[in-house]
Amino acid sequence: MKALIFLIVFPLGIAVLAAVLPPKIRLRRAIAVIANITLCVVPIYLLVTYLDKGPAFFQLESHVINIFMLAIEVFIAGFIVYISIRAKRYLPVLLVAVQSLIMLTFEFTSGSTMQIEHSLFVDKFSIIMALIVGIIGSAICLYAIGYIPEYHEHHKEVKDRSRYFAFLLYLFLSAMFGIVFSNSLMWIYFFWEITTICSALLIGYRNDKQSVESSFRALNMNLLGGVVFAVGIVYLHNSTHVMELDKLLRLDQSIVLLPAVCIAFAGLVKAAQLPFSSWLTGAMVAPTPVSALLHSSTMVKAGVYIILRMSPVLENTAAAKMLMLIGGVSFLVTALIAISQNNAKKVLAYSTISNLGLIVACAGINTQAAVWSALLLIIFHAVAKSLLFLCVGIIEYKLGSRDIEDMDYLIMRLPKLTAVMMIGMAGMFIAPFGMIISKFVTLKAFIDANPGMAIILAYGSAATVFFWTKWMGKIISIQHGVTEVMEHLVSRWEWITLYILAVATVFVCLAFPFISFGLIDPYLLEKFGTIPVADTFNFIIVFITILGLLIILPLCLLYFGFVNKNYKRVGTYLGGGNIDNVTFEGAMASSQPIGLRNYYMEKYFGETRLLNAGVFVAVTLLFIMFGVAVL
Amino acid sequence: MSWFKRSPWVLHYNATSCNGCDIEVFASLTPMYDLERFGIISTGNPKHADILAITGSVNVKSEQVVKNIYDQMPNPKVVMAVGICATSGCVFQDCYNVLGGVDKVLPVDVYVPGCAARPESIIDGVLKACEILQEKHARQKKEKR
Amino acid sequence: MTSIIEIYQSLGLFGRMAVFVVMAPFIGGILAGLDRKLTARMQGRVGPPIRQPFFDALKLFQKERIVVNKFQNVYIVLFCVFTIFSGALFFAGADILLTVFSLALAGTFFILGGFCVGSPYSHLGAERELIQMMAYEPMVILVAMGMYQVTGSFKVAEIAQYHAPLILYLPGVFAGFLYILTIKFRKSPFDLAISHHAHQEIVRGLTTEFSGPALAVIEITHWYENVLLVGMVYLFFAANPWVGFILALGTYFFEIFIDNNYARFKWQLTLFSSWLFTAVAGVSNIIVLYAIR
Repeated sequence: MKALIFLIVFPLGIAVLAAVLPPKIRLRRAIAVIANITLCVVPIYLLVTYLDKGPAFFQLESHVINIFMLAIEVFIAGFIVYISIRAKRYLPVLLVAVQSLIMLTFEFTSGSTMQIEHSLFVDKFSIIMALIVGIIGSAICLYAIGYIPEYHEHHKEVKDRSRYFAFLLYLFLSAMFGIVFSNSLMWIYFFWEITTICSALLIGYRNDKQSVESSFRALNMNLLGGVVFAVGIVYLHNSTHVMELDKLLRLDQSIVLLPAVCIAFAGLVKAAQLPFSSWLTGAMVAPTPVSALLHSSTMVKAGVYIILRMSPVLENTAAAKMLMLIGGVSFLVTALIAISQNNAKKVLAYSTISNLGLIVACAGINTQAAVWSALLLIIFHAVAKSLLFLCVGIIEYKLGSRDIEDMDYLIMRLPKLTAVMMIGMAGMFIAPFGMIISKFVTLKAFIDANPGMAIILAYGSAATVFFWTKWMGKIISIQHGVTEVMEHLVSRWEWITLYILAVATVFVCLAFPFISFGLIDPYLLEKFGTIPVADTFNFIIVFITILGLLIILPLCLLYFGFVNKNYKRVGTYLGGGNIDNVTFEGAMASSQPIGLRNYYMEKYFGETRLLNAGVFVAVTLLFIMFGVAVL
Repeated sequence: MSWFKRSPWVLHYNATSCNGCDIEVFASLTPMYDLERFGIISTGNPKHADILAITGSVNVKSEQVVKNIYDQMPNPKVVMAVGICATSGCVFQDCYNVLGGVDKVLPVDVYVPGCAARPESIIDGVLKACEILQEKHARQKKEKR
Repeated sequence: MTSIIEIYQSLGLFGRMAVFVVMAPFIGGILAGLDRKLTARMQGRVGPPIRQPFFDALKLFQKERIVVNKFQNVYIVLFCVFTIFSGALFFAGADILLTVFSLALAGTFFILGGFCVGSPYSHLGAERELIQMMAYEPMVILVAMGMYQVTGSFKVAEIAQYHAPLILYLPGVFAGFLYILTIKFRKSPFDLAISHHAHQEIVRGLTTEFSGPALAVIEITHWYENVLLVGMVYLFFAANPWVGFILALGTYFFEIFIDNNYARFKWQLTLFSSWLFTAVAGVSNIIVLYAIR
C-alpha cells in the first residue's frame, strides 16, 4: 500500500516543488530527472511485487482525508467560477454549481455516515495503467524540459508560465495514479475532477482566443461528465449504500445499472467519443507535451479505464449494446474523417478517438476475448500515439508548420526523427506491430459476439491504412542532394524521450506474448474465471514476422545504402523535360517545380458532414442508453 | 544467354514528326501486324524500355528532351530512327530550327527509311534492333570482366 | 488431382511452404502468359508465346541497374519478401487473417516504394494504389470472417477440409470477392495504379521509376500474389478438388474476360462501388449466416 500512496503523493510533491522553485535553474532539471526515473521505477516495482498475486485491497479510512478532499473540491469549484466569470462564460458556472450542490448535499447528509472499507486497491489492470502513466508520463515530462523553452522562443507573445506548466503536469500525474488505484468511488470522482481542471488549464496555457475557447469547451464537456458522474454515485449510495468499486461490481445488475451508465457516460466524455469529440480536436492548440500526455496516452485512457471497469455491470443489457455501438460509430466516423485532414495534430487526434472507440466497443461486448483485446489496444495505442505526438511537436518547430503537405522529404531533413516517426506510425497500423495484433484479436472477439461490429472494424481499418500510409509516404520521399539536415537543432531531452518511446513501441510488440500471459490473462482469470485459449501458432508467426522485419529492414538499408555500388543514378521521369529532379521545363521555356500532394477527398470524407452525421447517431444512442437504464 | 531478342520493349518518342510515322508505329501494334507476338511491348517510360524509336527530325526544342529520355534508359539500349525525317531531316533539313535527323543528337543504331515508314519496315527495324541489343549486351558483359 | 492434394497434405509445414515458394513463380508466370495470349486472341491478334513473362523477367534481370535514389529498392525487396511470406502462410494452412494482414503489409511496402522516389507519376500511382487498397480491404476481411462463420475456424488447413463447398453458404461473399478480385489482379476496370503490359496509366503508375531487376522482382511478386489469390478462390470450392481447381482457374479467365470488356473506372467509382458492393453482397451474407446460426 505504501507504494500506492507514494505514487499518488510523490508527483504532488514534485508539482509543488516545480511551482515554488525559481525558474531556469539547474536544480529543477535534476529534480525532474530524479522524479521521472522514480515514477518509472515504482510501477515496475509494483508489477514485480504483484505479478503472482491477485487483487489486493487496502484500507485507508481517514476522516481528515475526506475533509481535505472536500475542501479541495470546493476550492476547485470556486476557482472555476472565478475564471469563468472572468472570461464571461456562464455555462461552467452553472455546471459547477449543480455539481457542488449535489456533492455538498450528499456529503452533509449521507456522506458522514458513509463507511468505506477499502479505499485503495491494486490489480493487474491498475498495474498496466500505472506502468503506462509512470513510464510514458515521465518520458513526456522529460521531453517537456527541452520543449518548453523552445515553445516560448517560437511564441514570444505567450507569457512564460513554465513553472505553472510543470506544476500542472505533475499534479495531473498524481491524479491519474489516484484514479487507477482508488477503490472508493468518491476518491475516483475527486481525482477525476482534478484531471478535468488540469486538462482545461493546460489547454488554455497559451491564453489566446482560440486556446481559451478550446479550454472552455473541454471544461464544459468534462464538467458535464462530472455532473453525471456525481449523480450516478449519489444515486448509487442512496439506493444501495455502496461507494466502492469492488462492491459495486458484485451487486445485482438491475439495481446498479443507472449509476454504471452514468459513470460510463463520464468515461465517454473523457475519452472524447462521439458526440463529445470536439473538445479533443480543439485541444490540439495546446503545447505538444499536453497533447501527448493528456490527450492520447493517459487522461483519455482514464475514460476508457472507467468504462472497462463498469463493463461487467452493463453486460448483456441494451445499455451495453448502445455503448458498443457508440464506440463502433466513433471508431468508423473518426477514421473516415481523418482521411480528409491535413493538419498533423488533428489527424492524430481523430486517430486517437478512433482507437478509443474500438476500446469502448470492446468494453460494450465484454467477452473475455473483447476485454483481452481492449487491454492490448490500450497498451499499444498509448505508446505509439504519444511517440507520434512528440515527433509532430518537434517537426512543427523545425519546419514551421503542422501541415502534412509541408513534410516533404522529411527523411532528408530530419532522418533519425523520421525513422522514429515511422516506428510510431508502423505501431499504429502495420502488421506485425501492436495495433494490428490488437485489431486481429478484436476482430475475432467481434465476430463471435456481433458481426455488425466486425464489419465496422473492416471498413474502419481500411480507412486507417489509407491515412497512415499516405502520411508515411509523404515523409519518406527522397530527393537526391536536397536541403540541410536540421537534426542538430533537436534538444537532448527530446531525443531521450523519443528513443525511450520508440524502444518501448518495439519492445511491447516483441514482449506481447509475455504481457498477455503475465498480466492480461491473470486479470481475465479474475474477471471471468477462465482465460481465452491462446493460439500459440499465431503468436509464433507474429513473432517471426516482427523479428524478420527487424532483421531484414536494417540489412536492406545497409546493403542498398552502403554496400551496393552497382547502380547508376538517373533523374526522375518528368516527360523528358527535366531541369533537375524537381523542376521541369514547362510551356514558353518556363521553369516549373513539381508539387506532390496527397488525396484528401474533402468532398467525401469532409469533417463537417461526417461529424454531423456521427454526432446525430451518437446522441440518439446515448438517449437510448440512458433510457434503458432509467426504465 | 541473352533474352533481349525475346522481349524488347519499345519506347516511342515523337520529335517534331508530322505524326505519320507515329501512326504507323502504333499500327504495327494492331491485330493486322501485331508486334506483341514477338514479345514487343510499347511502353511509355524510358526506364522500362530497350529500344528508343524516334520519329521526326529533331529540332532545337526537342533536342534536350531526346537526350534526357535517352539518358534515363538503362543499358543496353538501341536507338531506332523511324522515317526519313528521323534519318536525315528529309525535306526539312534546311529549316532554321531543324537539326536534321536523330543521329545529330544520339548515336543511332537502326535506320528505318520511308515516308511514312511501313509497318513491315518498322517490324523489320525492331527485329534488327533486337540483334544489335544482343550484341551490345554481349559486349557489355565482356567489358565488365 | 486428389492424389496431388493428398501428397501435398502429407507434407509438413515447411514442405508446403517450400512447394509454394518454389513453384508459385512458375505457375504465376504461366498464368500471366495465358493472360496475355487470351487477351490477344480476344482482340483478334496472335499474341506472345505463353512463356513470354519469363522472357520478360529474365531480360529485365540483364538490364543495367539504374535508380533514382539509393533506397527505393529496399521497399521492393520487402514487398517481395512479405508477399512470399503471406503466400507461404496461406498454403501452409495457417490463419487466413494473418495472411490478409501480411499481404496488406506487403502492399503497404510497395506503395511506400512508389512514394519514396518523389516523382509525380509514381506518387500519383502510389496514391491510386492506396485508394485501391482501401477499396478492397473491407471485402477481404469479410471473406475471412465469412469462412470463419461457416467452418468455425480461421485456419486455411481446416477451411480447406470442410465437408461442404463453402460457396453454398457464402454466395454473397464470393460475389463480393469476385468484384474486388478484379482490383487485386489489376485488371480493368480497376487497373488504376499500375496497368499491366500494353495498357498505360499515368505513364507506368507506381512502377515508373523502377527498372531492370527491381521491375522484374515486382513482376515476380505479382505472380506470387496471383497464385495466392487463385488459391483463395479455390478455398470456396475446396470440398471437391477437381471442381475447385477448374473453377479457380475459371475465375482467373473470367477476370481476363472482364478486363477486355471494360474501360478503366475513375477512382471515385472504384472506391465507392467496391464499398457498396461489399456492403450489399458481403455484409448481407454475413448477417444471414449470423442469423441462422
